[in-house]
Formats: sequence, structure tokens, C-alpha cells
Amino acid sequence: MADHPFILEMNHISKAFPGVQALDNVTLKVRPGTVHALMGENGAGKSTLMKCLFGIYKPDGGDIRLDGETVAIASSKDALAHGVSMIHQELHPVPFRNVMDNVWLGRYPLKGIGPIKFVDEKKMLADTKALLAELDMTIDPHVKVGTLSVSNVQSIEIAKAVSYSARVIVMDEPTSSLTGNEVEQLFKIINKLRARGVSIIYISHKMEEILRISDDVTIMRDGKLIGTWPAEEMTTDLIITRMVGRDLTQRFPERSNVPGDVRLRVEKLTSPQQHSFKDVTFELRKGEILGVGGLVGAQRTELIEALFGMRTIAAGSIEIDGKRVSIKSPVEAKKHGIALLTEERRVTGIFPVLSVLENTSIASLSQYRNGFGLLNERRARMDAEHNVERFRVKTPSVKTLIGNLSGGNQQKVLLARWLLTDPDILMLDEPTRGIDVGAKYEIYTIIAELAKQGKSIIMISSEMPELLGMSDRIMVMCEGRLSGVVDGRAATEEDIMRLAAQRER
Amino acid sequence: MNAMNTSSIKNFFTQNAIYVVLVVLIIGIAVSDPSFLAVTTLRDILLQSSTRAIIALGAAFILITGGVDLSAGRVVGLTAVISASMLQLSEYPQRFFPNLPELPLIVPIALAILAGLIVGLINGVIVAKLSVPPFIATLGTMVIVYGVNSIYFDTEPNQSQPIGGLRKDFTELGSGYFGLDGKYSIPYIVVIAIAVAGLVWVIFNKTQLGKNMYAIGGNIQAAKVSGIRVGRNLIYIYSIAGALYGLAGVLEAARTGGATNNYGNMYELDAIAACVVGGVSTAGGIGTVPGVMAGVMIFGVINYGLTYIGVNPYWQLIIKGLIIVAAVAFDIRKYLAKK
Repeated sequence: MADHPFILEMNHISKAFPGVQALDNVTLKVRPGTVHALMGENGAGKSTLMKCLFGIYKPDGGDIRLDGETVAIASSKDALAHGVSMIHQELHPVPFRNVMDNVWLGRYPLKGIGPIKFVDEKKMLADTKALLAELDMTIDPHVKVGTLSVSNVQSIEIAKAVSYSARVIVMDEPTSSLTGNEVEQLFKIINKLRARGVSIIYISHKMEEILRISDDVTIMRDGKLIGTWPAEEMTTDLIITRMVGRDLTQRFPERSNVPGDVRLRVEKLTSPQQHSFKDVTFELRKGEILGVGGLVGAQRTELIEALFGMRTIAAGSIEIDGKRVSIKSPVEAKKHGIALLTEERRVTGIFPVLSVLENTSIASLSQYRNGFGLLNERRARMDAEHNVERFRVKTPSVKTLIGNLSGGNQQKVLLARWLLTDPDILMLDEPTRGIDVGAKYEIYTIIAELAKQGKSIIMISSEMPELLGMSDRIMVMCEGRLSGVVDGRAATEEDIMRLAAQRER
Repeated sequence: MNAMNTSSIKNFFTQNAIYVVLVVLIIGIAVSDPSFLAVTTLRDILLQSSTRAIIALGAAFILITGGVDLSAGRVVGLTAVISASMLQLSEYPQRFFPNLPELPLIVPIALAILAGLIVGLINGVIVAKLSVPPFIATLGTMVIVYGVNSIYFDTEPNQSQPIGGLRKDFTELGSGYFGLDGKYSIPYIVVIAIAVAGLVWVIFNKTQLGKNMYAIGGNIQAAKVSGIRVGRNLIYIYSIAGALYGLAGVLEAARTGGATNNYGNMYELDAIAACVVGGVSTAGGIGTVPGVMAGVMIFGVINYGLTYIGVNPYWQLIIKGLIIVAAVAFDIRKYLAKK
């Protein structure tokens, strides 16, 4: 059993949806005790392949083998029974229950007489402690999961997978909401799992991570397998080239924007909450891209949400074009020409059951209203179609539900939504998170073009190359305070890290 | 038949399950008694469905925002009593207001609809400004409205007597019809319901309020961030729904020629059932006017048709319940992940 060269084989998997060949004869072979990176642009078929592995989709052809034996997996429960587990990008714990309830959810240890069973809390506690200790996790089993950080919730999910004696764990963008330290922590856990002979299928867009942690790299494009290579033979450029199928000599577009007069002046802005932003002062010019760097917990999102009227402020002032303004709601922010592309696309961005057209026009409906209060749908549709074309949104039509598009395309639609409100100040919170390389470049191009037109842009990003590659200036925050502003073209990653990690004394 | 054809036929059935169910029902009943397929039958079903349709359209507004409105039935009762109490014949011996002069027809009707609108407005304020979940908010107003209506109904000299002896011009509204060529006729009330449906269709599809309604139900967080005044829109929507229930109550009084405080009891559940059978999602964001109308018609056909072919009323209840569950189980296939 253990001597089989591959713990998991997915051979010649094909899957078609009406009008799309989502997977075309894809083969993935994972060696035991390795980290296997699965890469490809959004829409390349990674998720579809994983959904076939978990029985969410039934492949049209091909077979799945574990330790050389063909298995039939019809549901994630079957997969779990075969020792195949998944850590999703977006975690769904039961927030009001504690850590051990979450770990043993659905299979609580029972005790009792005859048919009368009670949950054996004692055993559950002991088992949880043992499990967490084994993985060097220091999390209190009694704490409610809703109060934990994303990183800890993820650790619990991993522990849960281990408790199912998982042999293959799929991790989908596991570091997308982790800070630098937390990533290190995750890598430690991954190394421990690898040492135990567990295989990890690691799905990520972050090249640096992939090259550091993985043993093998499999690249997919347009539903097809491009190939599998040992990680040490790969470089960032090589991966990108193979993923996009063309040479991407540049990851960032040329920018020709020229920052002008001051448009926004924020003075000593302070949150009423103790641990949130404090005394933040900065300026934003016309036609400027201002990057905002910092670790998770730096309160960057909180700061721009306050500027957008989603959070209250205790002190400080906001001036737009020299005039002091008070912004108490997104409605008012919109009136002052501010737009916000939020970090959590699914939670605060898209309307999944509505069409691309409706998602595009929803923030600017009043401009389509005629004298009778009726909407001019034809004009809204033309605008939406124009934007779909301009941003190269891949969608069959503007009537398609946005929920059916890939993340990158959803993000472009959201960007279009805000541009239709004709904002002067565009605030982007992690605009390229979870988006593939090709779409990223397109979004960068749009941002650069907007700055050139004179729009002022604030861009929060946790990706250093993005901050450095796109910003005119970068302001770095640390624990709610502004720790420094650096020139985007002259600064280095080290400069930003130093400011981001600067602890208050 | 090749594979493409089978799948497109299957697709047609899943996309249009509601209409298929309606047609199958009619065929089923007609097979068992062909005389069912008469123009008069259709007219009777439409007549009975009209007020239900108006209530269901009101309920659809709320469901699409992701809420639910339990007060609908009691608002129907309230406005039936209000309109009837002011529209009795002057020679009727037991008048609610013995000395009330004959008012222009529109005045009591407008007052009743206004009463419905005010209840809706209160619902909207409780939901939007006090952040009480719609189920609880409207459960509260449902009980309160019944209480208020019962007190009104119990005032001297009426003392909870059923209100009768309604003016002919009023009852004519509920039972009169446009005659077409002797044999054919369309009841006024059906015309009113169709007009209301048309108006609601315009609100749903052609107005900012309608788009906002779908957005709020589709993702309330995103709606807030998009700069939609969620609270204000909800208040408008609950108010419109209340006004529709109000209109339905007036028409119920006119149609039946009387009113008591128990009018409309449990109508909200029929309305919600018609909506969900018609494809409105209780999770919000999804629903169409034609769907709601089809849902109402399904229940109209069941009520009338099963009685027509002599099905035991208790069996009718069981069939109705099964149809609610089956229709939604079918309809939801549209949105489930394709395997």
C-alpha cells in the first residue's frame, strides 16, 4: 500500500458544462508526503478539478485512484472517509460554538447506556487538546470560534482534517487572509504534516510561496493540463509564462499619471474604538495612486471604511478640495464623489442572484431615471455592455448572473459599478485578491488609466510587489497608526516591512 | 431523440416548472370532468383569485427583500371592516355609524387603503429603524392590528355584529362586470387585479425602487456599500405592500357584501404559499410578477377545480400542502449547482 508511488491519482479527467469544456483530459498525480502546487489562472479548471475530487461534480471521463486503487467519491463525506479533506479559501466555522464543538462537529464522542446517548465532553476535550498539541497549536478548546483570528480558524480546520486522519489535504488559497507571521505559522504546520506523510494540494496565486513550500508544481490552462514539474526547476517567470501561455514580461503596466493638487486631506482621524485607527493624517492628490501597506490588524480597511461613512469617527477631520466634509453613510460618501471597492467581494460586493447588468448599474440607477421615475433600461444595458467590453469581462451576456463568473471577472464588474458613479476618489481594498495573473494585469491597467485621467486612488494591498509596482506613494500603517509614507518608486520591500512591523513603544 | 434535445427539454421543464404544474393540473381536472373547461369556470376562478393575487403581490415585495410579512391577513380584515363600516345603506337598521351621511365611494376606500399603508409603514419602520427581524416585527403588528380592528368592530352600537347592508355602488365593485357580447364578461375585480399586477410589474422591473428591492434581498451588505438607502427603501416597500393588502381588504368587503374582524385570517400564509410556488425565493432577491400570478392561479385552480370534481375538502388540504412542497422542490433545481 505505502509503496505505491502516488497517493492520489486523477487520471484523464474530463468534464463539460453546457457550452464549455471545463476539464479536458487532465491528469494530476500526487506523491505521498509532498506539497503539490496546483496553479493556473482563474477559470483554468483548478476548482472544477477539485470539485470532481470531492464528488461535487461527476466527471464525464477518467478515474480517481488512492494508493493505486480506483475509488468512487460521490460526496465530500465519501472523500473524507477516504482520507481526502479540503481547507477552503473562505472558512465556514460555526461561530457561536467553541473550538472542540467545531472540530468534532457531526461525530461527537458519545457515552451512555443503551440507546440513551450523551456527548462525552470529557473525551472531546482530551482529544482536542491532544490533537492541538500534536500540531503545536496553542488554541484554547473552550474559546468560541467566532472570536478567533482567521489564521486560528484555519488552524482548527487543519486540525479537523488531521483528526479525520486525512492523507491528502487540499488547501485553496490558504494564505489569502494571513499576515506574514501567520503564513510562517501555516508553513510550519504544513511541514509537520508533510513529515507525517500527508500530501498537500496547494492552490495559490502567490509565486513566492509556491516556490518556497512546494515539491511539485502542476500547471493548468483553459481546462487542460500543461504539465507537472519539480518545484526547484521552476521560477516565477517560468510559472507565469506557462500559466498564461504567453510571455508576461511585465507584471505591472507603465504609468504616466501626474499627481496634481491635493484632493483629499485627512487630519488626525481617530476611531471611537480603542484598538482601531488613531491620529491618521495624510493627503491624496489628483491623479495619484496612494498605496496603503501594513499587516493584517493595521486597521487599513477600518480607516477607509470610515472615510466611506461605514464607520463612525471620534475625532479628526476630512477635507475634500479644501472643503471640510462630514461623511456619515455610503450615500453621503457617494455624493462627495468617493467610491469603495471592498475587500470581501462576496460579502459586501456582488449580488450573486442578480445579473451582470443589474450588478453594474445598481450604484448609479438615478442617472437612468426619466421624468416618470422609470428606468431607461436600454441605456443602462448599453453602459453595462460598454464596460464589459472595455474591461474584457468574460461573460456570455450582461444578463448572466454574476455569481456564475470567476472572481476576476466579478471584480471587473464591481469596478465598472463604481466607475459609473463617476467618482473622484476611488478606494480599492485588496483589488486583486484571489484573482489570476492575467486579470490582475488588466485591473492594474485600468487603475493606471484612471489615475492618468485625474482620479485619485487609494489602494490597500498586502502584496508588496503590487504596492511597489503601482503606487506613487505608499503609506504604511501599523496597529492603527500611520508609521510612515514612502515614495513608491524608490522604496523597497524591506522599507515597507520595517514600517509595517514598527511596534508602538 | 438525441441528447441535446432531451437536455433542452429537461431544461425547459426546470425553467418553467410552475407553468407546467399549472397546465398539468388543469388537464388533470379536465380529464376527470371535461365540463370544467368552460368560460364561466375560468371567470369564477379569476374572480376568486383576484383579491388573493393582490395580497400575494404585496407579500412578494417583502419576500424579495428577504423579509416576510405576517400582518397581511389581519390588514385585509382591518381595511374590510373600515371600508364596510362607512359604506352601509342609509336605510339599513344596524348601521355602524348611524348618522353618517352618504360619502363619495372613494373616501372610505381611500381611508381603508391608507390604513393598510400606515400599518405597512409601521412594519417598515420597525424593520428598518429598530432592526427587528421582519418575522417578529410583522408577527407583532399582526396581533396588534387584529386587536385594534376588534376594538373598532366592538364599538357602540355595532358591538361585534357582522357589518352588512352595504351600498350597491360598493358591492357592484366586487360583483359587477364588463359585459362582452352577452355571453362573455370580465368582473371589475379581475380587471383591478390585472391592473395592479401590471403596476407592480412596472415597479419591479422599471423603477429604481424595484432594482433596489432585488439588491437588498440579494445581498443587503453590498446594497449598503453601494450607497442604497436600505432603510428608506424598506419603508417604502413595506408601505406599498400594506396599501396592497388594504386594497385587497376593500375588495373582499365589496365582493362578499360584508365584513367582520375575522376577515383575512391566515391569508398571509396563502399569499406566501402562492409566492413560493410561483418561484419567489424566501431567501430574497428572486421573484417575478408572472411567477406570483401563476402561483395564485395554481391555488385558484386547486380550490375551484377539486371542489368541482368533488374531491373531499380534507383531501384538498393534503393536495395543497403537497403541491407547495413539490413545486418549490422543482423550482429550486434552477438555482442548485449543476452536477
